[in-house]
Amino acid sequence: MSGIRATRRRRQSVLRWVVVTVSMVFFAAPLAGMLDFTTKDAQGRRTAATWAKLVDVEGISRDYPDLAAGFTASVGLAVLTVVVMLVLLVPTMTWVRLRVPGLSRTVEFLCLLPLTVPAIVLVVGLTPVYSWVTYFLGESTIWLGFAYVILVLPYAYRSIDVGLRAIDVKTLSEAARSLGAGWGRVMVRVVLPNLRTAVLSAAFLAVALTLGEFTIANLFSRTNLQVAMFLLGKSDAQISVAVGLAALVFAFIVLFGLSFVGGRSHSRKENS
Amino acid sequence: MADTARRGALAGRRPSGALLGVVPFFVYVTVFLIVPTLVVVVGAFIATGPGGQGALSLANIRALAQPAVTSALWHSLILSAVTAVAGAVIGALLAYAVSTAKPDGVLRRFTTSLCGVLAQFGGVALAFAFLATFGATGYLTNVLASTGLDDTGGLWLYEWNKGLMLVYLYFQIPLMLIVFLPAVEGLRPQWREAAETLGGSTWLYWRKVAAPILFPSFVGALLLLFTNAFSAYATAAALVSQGSPLLPLAIGGTLNSEVILGQENVGKAMALLMVVVVAAVMTLYAAIDRRASRWLAR
Repeated sequence: MSGIRATRRRRQSVLRWVVVTVSMVFFAAPLAGMLDFTTKDAQGRRTAATWAKLVDVEGISRDYPDLAAGFTASVGLAVLTVVVMLVLLVPTMTWVRLRVPGLSRTVEFLCLLPLTVPAIVLVVGLTPVYSWVTYFLGESTIWLGFAYVILVLPYAYRSIDVGLRAIDVKTLSEAARSLGAGWGRVMVRVVLPNLRTAVLSAAFLAVALTLGEFTIANLFSRTNLQVAMFLLGKSDAQISVAVGLAALVFAFIVLFGLSFVGGRSHSRKENS
Repeated sequence: MADTARRGALAGRRPSGALLGVVPFFVYVTVFLIVPTLVVVVGAFIATGPGGQGALSLANIRALAQPAVTSALWHSLILSAVTAVAGAVIGALLAYAVSTAKPDGVLRRFTTSLCGVLAQFGGVALAFAFLATFGATGYLTNVLASTGLDDTGGLWLYEWNKGLMLVYLYFQIPLMLIVFLPAVEGLRPQWREAAETLGGSTWLYWRKVAAPILFPSFVGALLLLFTNAFSAYATAAALVSQGSPLLPLAIGGTLNSEVILGQENVGKAMALLMVVVVAAVMTLYAAIDRRASRWLAR
């Protein structure tokens, strides 16, 4: 029996390395293409000039104002999206669980609805809504965050729902209430800390989605990071490809780092 | 006694007070989700032509029959179906290969993180990556040209049934890994041991145990991949600069300058068409997902 298992394990590891290697070559080829493209000068010699330009923050904001503006806008959008998403979802979902469980199906349906409404469709329908937003709040790119909250709703809902399932909200909030805490304090000091992991992963998803969002911003002619990159691609391809590669690498490092932070709780018992 | 009285008072106050807590959420969702959806659905049935301004009509829906729209829809369906099937098969194989590695090992973390980035973060950057690789000055263009595989100088990259398929696969395979890995991980070693103890071969185990358990998850993931490709806009928009070979690009086109007078709402009809397709696939997905979760405790 152990002989069979050893053979199987050997076969599995051969298969694993073959499949993973082939896939990695496929995944790496275009990324290598980006690196190659950004380190070539007009004569085809190697140069790090593009990357030197990218690292020079002052130079970037002077020579590529759109890129700097897009980056700032995207960071602002990420913050706004995360804040609105959390303020909207965490209290509502907790409240529904505690006081109006009859509405839980409705809330779930509404939160998952954006899965069937692609961003490109949302843009079409949001046009009149955003003419009102522009009327009341002005034309700043940052208000796109309201639409981004809708885009992250399904993912945020799922991760917060998992978090809420894992804790006994009812007992926790009753305990806090009986000790004299108001609802606000219950949310901030009791529920939120207990949902740490869920909130973190929801926030990370929101940030990733916001930084990668192109459709809505482009069609509303607002400049966020992706739109700036896209527009720059027409005039100065090298720097925009460099920004694209830097964004991908940055996102990878963040995800890879996060996998070490939250990984423990995910490992299942049956694997031991 | 006082306790019961107080609980009674609370219970009496419940409906109005408790419902008030969910008002902000419903207002927000109404403004930014329900209203836009209704704008699309209702707008699709309202004429904007000189004849019947603002009247209910099927003109926009009929306009969907024009060749530009039907070919865009057809291209989108083919592209999504092909990349979903190919992505699902390759991604499932990769997911299985990764699942045989140590659960907390570096390989697993590396692959899932990389796939997370490529599946969800791509968009414009992915289009650039492929332009830099296979475009006019890309480093693989010369390789392809010298082997005689490509004599167009990288022009194939911009065609929906060649270049776009390759680029779409580049985010479909990673998405499959992310969606399907939990299902593969849910295969318990005990099931395999049980099959072995009863004298079953590896082939028999896969055919009689693993495949039936994984099948619903596989189909579910495949459907998810389909909608993902069907509704993707960024990569295609960044890669294709002329014409609208795909439905999302056609919808985007109606929002820009390419609108023919009297056809403003055709874009809404196309958007509605898209919602109908995605909603149908997602409904199927929800049904299959329920079936899949029977065996896989999540």
